Amino acid sequence: MDTPSGGLVRSHCVGTTAVVYASDYLNKLTGEKIEHECRRQLKCGCRALIIDFSDTKLVNSIGISILLGIIDVAEKSGARIVFSEVNNQTVQLFEMLGLTRHVVLAKDEREALINLSRFEATTPVVH
Amino acid sequence: MEPSTQKLIHTFGALADLGQEIAGTGDFNEMVRTSMHLLLGTLALRRGAVVECSGPGPLRCVSLWGLGDQLLTGVDINEAEMKAFLAGQISDSLLRNTSASNPFLDRYRERLTAEGIELVLPMIVRGEVTGLVLLGGKASGEEFSSDDFETIHAMVRHIGVGIHTHRLLEQVAQRAEENRRLYDELRAIYRDTVRAFAAAIDIKDKYTQGHSERVGRYSEIIAREMGWSEEEVEGIQIAGYLHDIGKLIVDRDIINAPYHIDAKSSSELNRHPAAGYEILAPIRHPYADIPLMAKYHHERLDGRGYPDGLTDQQIPLGAKIVSLADSFDAMTTDRPYRRRRSFEDVVRDLRESSGKQFDGKVVAAFARAILKEVTGETKDRRITKMLGKGYLEGEHTAALLTDLITDLGGNFSKGASL
Repeated sequence: MDTPSGGLVRSHCVGTTAVVYASDYLNKLTGEKIEHECRRQLKCGCRALIIDFSDTKLVNSIGISILLGIIDVAEKSGARIVFSEVNNQTVQLFEMLGLTRHVVLAKDEREALINLSRFEATTPVVH
Repeated sequence: MEPSTQKLIHTFGALADLGQEIAGTGDFNEMVRTSMHLLLGTLALRRGAVVECSGPGPLRCVSLWGLGDQLLTGVDINEAEMKAFLAGQISDSLLRNTSASNPFLDRYRERLTAEGIELVLPMIVRGEVTGLVLLGGKASGEEFSSDDFETIHAMVRHIGVGIHTHRLLEQVAQRAEENRRLYDELRAIYRDTVRAFAAAIDIKDKYTQGHSERVGRYSEIIAREMGWSEEEVEGIQIAGYLHDIGKLIVDRDIINAPYHIDAKSSSELNRHPAAGYEILAPIRHPYADIPLMAKYHHERLDGRGYPDGLTDQQIPLGAKIVSLADSFDAMTTDRPYRRRRSFEDVVRDLRESSGKQFDGKVVAAFARAILKEVTGETKDRRITKMLGKGYLEGEHTAALLTDLITDLGGNFSKGASL
């Protein structure tokens, strides 16, 4: 079930994976809301993040900087991160700027979840 | 779209956003934070910091991203290092470029590199280093290209100017605030001095102690009721305090005569408004027309007043207000030769004198102000206090005032100049 997360950003959880939905224009205002939600989900114990870009038409510089910050936080928390349903123009931007070196791109949310489950299956559990 | 075209569009967009951010008047720290995000996002840099310095000494972190809070603990810059930044080239900003001679980078290279910093750029405004921008590497892992350096350099210059401008505006605002405080203090000193002077005037007349202070307050209340601005109200209060200053040149025996005075003494006493004007005119008061209000506070609408026998429109409104306040206080306080008059009697006098001695709209305004206290419409109780306990508590007080206001034509607003 989707939660409003304080009325700011739409998100929901699938197991220990949080799916966070980006808005149509990823700028300072919306970027900070997504960042806040991602941090909140990680604090709540999520082990993986999917940021869904299905509604996103444009990402500006601040949006890029904030996404890098989210990647940083996820890495430091040991969480995996996948960007799903990114449009072609934004994929080109992410590739050009090197974001794709740090995240996996998935066609859609389902593929993102499959991708993450494969990773979990191949990652040894450390006790 | 060609990657190079897309990169250009992305960079131009960031530069436009940066210009807008720097030109804004919002919160300083937020401006710096957003500017830094724009810089980092343009080239996808994973970490960065903007630090300020106001001359040699410790560096102050204004904003940082992806770095620890302790990044700059104990980090300072000296004069030689600032000069080295001023003389340096863009490529000198690369931390690993050990061939460039910059003692600051030599001093902190190891520490900053360990934190993931790759570039250290000075913000130079008007030939002075105002701070530094520290940047981490690109998310792509690529080296910085010459285009990247140009972009970074342009954006850092923008941020430097933005910080400098905000600091200047802060200084201007601070000085304006200091001036305002100083001005308020001066006005307070002026008011206190005038009140002390008013008390000194009243001491000369043993029967009218506190008269000038009360006339000042009544005048203020009437002017406020007539919709005057705060500054005008303050001005007329001062005029009320000083309206009898001319009495300083009148013989004390005449002022203190226990009964009605003779024609010669009366003529001497009647000199006080003009004398007051002579005393007040050379002083540069912070409010307009105070000397004229003192000069004409004994003029009457019918032309039978003094010193100049002016009529209605010739008398400044301020003088009409002070005149009513002065007469009202005279009627409502005990004098050597009579007790004060009842409120009913005073209201009757005001009605009869309106249009002859007093301006009807001034009388109506005063009546409205008194009525507001009587009915409790206002919490202000100054008139009640000045008149003493019981004076306004008569059964018909409110009705008397209401009738007076109605007879004088109801509500008036400020219709004439001071």
